[in-house]
Amino acid sequence: MKRVMILVLFALLASGPGLARVEVKQFDSPEQEERYDKLVTELRCLVCQNQNLADSNAELAVDMRRKTYEMVKQNKSEKEIADFMVARYGEFVLYRPPLNSSTLLLWGGPFIILLIGVTLLLRTIRKRRTVQTDAINETDRQAAAALLDSDSDKRDA
Amino acid sequence: MTRAALPLAIFLAMAGLFWYVLGKMNEGEYNPRDVPTQFIGREAPAFSLPNLLDPTKTVSSTAMRGRTWLLNVWGTWCPECWKEHEYLLHLARREGVPIIGINWRDDADEAKAMLARMGNPFEQVAFDPHSDAVIDWGVYGAPETFLIDAEGTVREKHTGAMTPTVWREKFVSHFASAKATP
Repeated sequence: MKRVMILVLFALLASGPGLARVEVKQFDSPEQEERYDKLVTELRCLVCQNQNLADSNAELAVDMRRKTYEMVKQNKSEKEIADFMVARYGEFVLYRPPLNSSTLLLWGGPFIILLIGVTLLLRTIRKRRTVQTDAINETDRQAAAALLDSDSDKRDA
Repeated sequence: MTRAALPLAIFLAMAGLFWYVLGKMNEGEYNPRDVPTQFIGREAPAFSLPNLLDPTKTVSSTAMRGRTWLLNVWGTWCPECWKEHEYLLHLARREGVPIIGINWRDDADEAKAMLARMGNPFEQVAFDPHSDAVIDWGVYGAPETFLIDAEGTVREKHTGAMTPTVWREKFVSHFASAKATP
């Protein structure tokens, strides 16, 4: 009895990862499967917007995966399927938005911020260096000398 | 004092921005998850789906040619749809607006029960359990309401419950002009 229980337990453990995977799909060729996998990772789930179709279990994502699957089976090209989704949901459906005039800031933004950061850093470094070189200017040096002199005068007296 | 001025100014500007945007979201005027429809001014995608109330018949969008009509995507699982139901009934019964419903990802019996209980504002209800037409129309949530003109062009779309305000601001003008032209 115990042995049977252990076997059942192992069977359950082994099936775990299999259950977690999205629906099993049958493809005519490995190339089709590759195209499907690529599309579901690059298309956005519209309901849970920070997930792609492959990661999402939202019902709409399941249906969009099915739609993608059907189109892959019909031997539609990757571009045709992506265009189909864009025509319906806009470029937002693409997890990697294309570079065009409306997404220029999106793609260029990080570089602009980097540029600002580097400029600020260089300015700070330069400022600090100049502060260090003339840390003691002439008036300060004379004031210090005067203080030291007066001190030694007192001691002499 | 002057050292703190710039960070403080940035902080206040950000706080003001968040306050403004959150206010707009609460009023329902701004939805960060909104995906603008691609269909305004384009030809409405055709659909032909089984009729929820009589599965032997089909509901087809091409049969609506020549009329200005609303397409409303709903489901019994969608609380916003319950909320707008009363107003859809008002539009259909008092204003004479033709509304075609797409019952989406639903249980047919539950959908029929809801229409029997709350009233049926739809001329016809199409049944779309697998999102076939829904994906074709670029719908990603319910309720969504489209306005299609006599030529079969999509003129307006609203995501979320239909309210008198939305109706006045976005939809009613299309019906006024549709009635005036013939």
